[in-house]
Amino acid sequence: MSFSENPTSGTDEFIKGLWRENPVFVQVLGMCPVLAVSNTARNALAMGLATMFVLVMSNLVVSSVRRWIPKQVRIATFILIIATFVTVVDYVIAAISLELYRALGAFISLIVVNCVILGRAEAFASKNTIGRSVLDGLGMGVGFVFALLCLGAVREIFGSGTLFGVQLFHDGFQGWVMMILPSGGFFTLAAWLLFFNWLKKRKEAREVTPKLELVGQAKRGVA
Amino acid sequence: MSGPQAAVQTAAPRVWHMYRAMVGIGILCGLLIVGVFEVTKPIIMANKAEYLQESIFKVLPDARSSETFRVDGDSGFTKLEGEATAGEPLVYAGYDDVGHLVGLAMEAAGMGYQDVIRVLYGYSYDKDAVIGIRVLESKETPGLGDKIETDPAFLENFVRLDVSLNADASGLANEIVAVKTGEKQNAWEIDGITGATISSVAIANLLNKSTSFWVPRLRAKLDDFERTE
Repeated sequence: MSFSENPTSGTDEFIKGLWRENPVFVQVLGMCPVLAVSNTARNALAMGLATMFVLVMSNLVVSSVRRWIPKQVRIATFILIIATFVTVVDYVIAAISLELYRALGAFISLIVVNCVILGRAEAFASKNTIGRSVLDGLGMGVGFVFALLCLGAVREIFGSGTLFGVQLFHDGFQGWVMMILPSGGFFTLAAWLLFFNWLKKRKEAREVTPKLELVGQAKRGVA
Repeated sequence: MSGPQAAVQTAAPRVWHMYRAMVGIGILCGLLIVGVFEVTKPIIMANKAEYLQESIFKVLPDARSSETFRVDGDSGFTKLEGEATAGEPLVYAGYDDVGHLVGLAMEAAGMGYQDVIRVLYGYSYDKDAVIGIRVLESKETPGLGDKIETDPAFLENFVRLDVSLNADASGLANEIVAVKTGEKQNAWEIDGITGATISSVAIANLLNKSTSFWVPRLRAKLDDFERTE
């Protein structure tokens, strides 16, 4: 896994989280909320936004205090900062909507141990400037929201025939219950990973077509 | 706390820096949490109160206003003044436009498939029946057990679920039971949900337990809830 530490443009810090280093589909981090809270698109969106907020804020704080944190206590300090913002999110969600708060349940508190956040704090924010770290957090956050929405939308459509609570099919639709259960989360995640890897392979194959031809010729030559 | 101690031995000159980082950030984080808590607390309390109020009107569809009563020893029920103690059993009385008592709402809780299910249900003394139910808290399996909140056929059970008393008014004439889907024959039976038997039975059990406790007591003291003015 390559965490870009070489100087890159600000937009690149943002874009890489969306696609090239997408936290879910490429780095495969933070699987617990991805599988557990993606049973409906609405839950997925709320969870994604909550995680994104924590990610951006913790990246911001970690990068701004990075000079004063000795190496030996950095993980403890990062966790302290992350836990603070998770607690803030917990109260804010409860204040915004009790229904949503109940739907997300224990998973809000579990954002603390979401390895995407600690991973970005450790691998990026502790070594980069504030601006870059915020962009990185935003990019990773949007990538996380995107991934959760991909799963949530598919699972909700197949599982209950709705999207964001809006009925998509006529009344005769029989929900595919397995999609809403945890096993459906694994299958959907696997399908998405397969799809994105296929896309990546195809793109790579196109980019290196000339080289491949040479390789092919070489192989034929050897054979 | 073996971490800091180990660090003391290996990197003694930096101890002050470690304390500065951890304690300083700890204090700032603590202040932030306290600030947010203070700001959101009244909003969260208001949300909870509003949700309860809305739930009372949902389980007592004819009610236009409500009041909260507490159990006053053995003598009956008195209007709640001020704050209730946590976990105290409360009865919410619903009144129509002219202040006439239309029904009473109570909370009930029981073990479901995953965790405790808490519901609010409305009792109508004219109909001798449970006339509405709303799940306040449940962690039932999404897509299966949570149909107790959404399945229209299941909720149909609680439009008029018979809870009439036995001859000496000491308990229910018929226990509330859950039956298999489509086999409901009597007004005190609950038609279960296919694929969510445990959750359906849990609802039947918690309602049975709660109504056999409350209904005899409420019927004996109905006058306590009538508005006097």
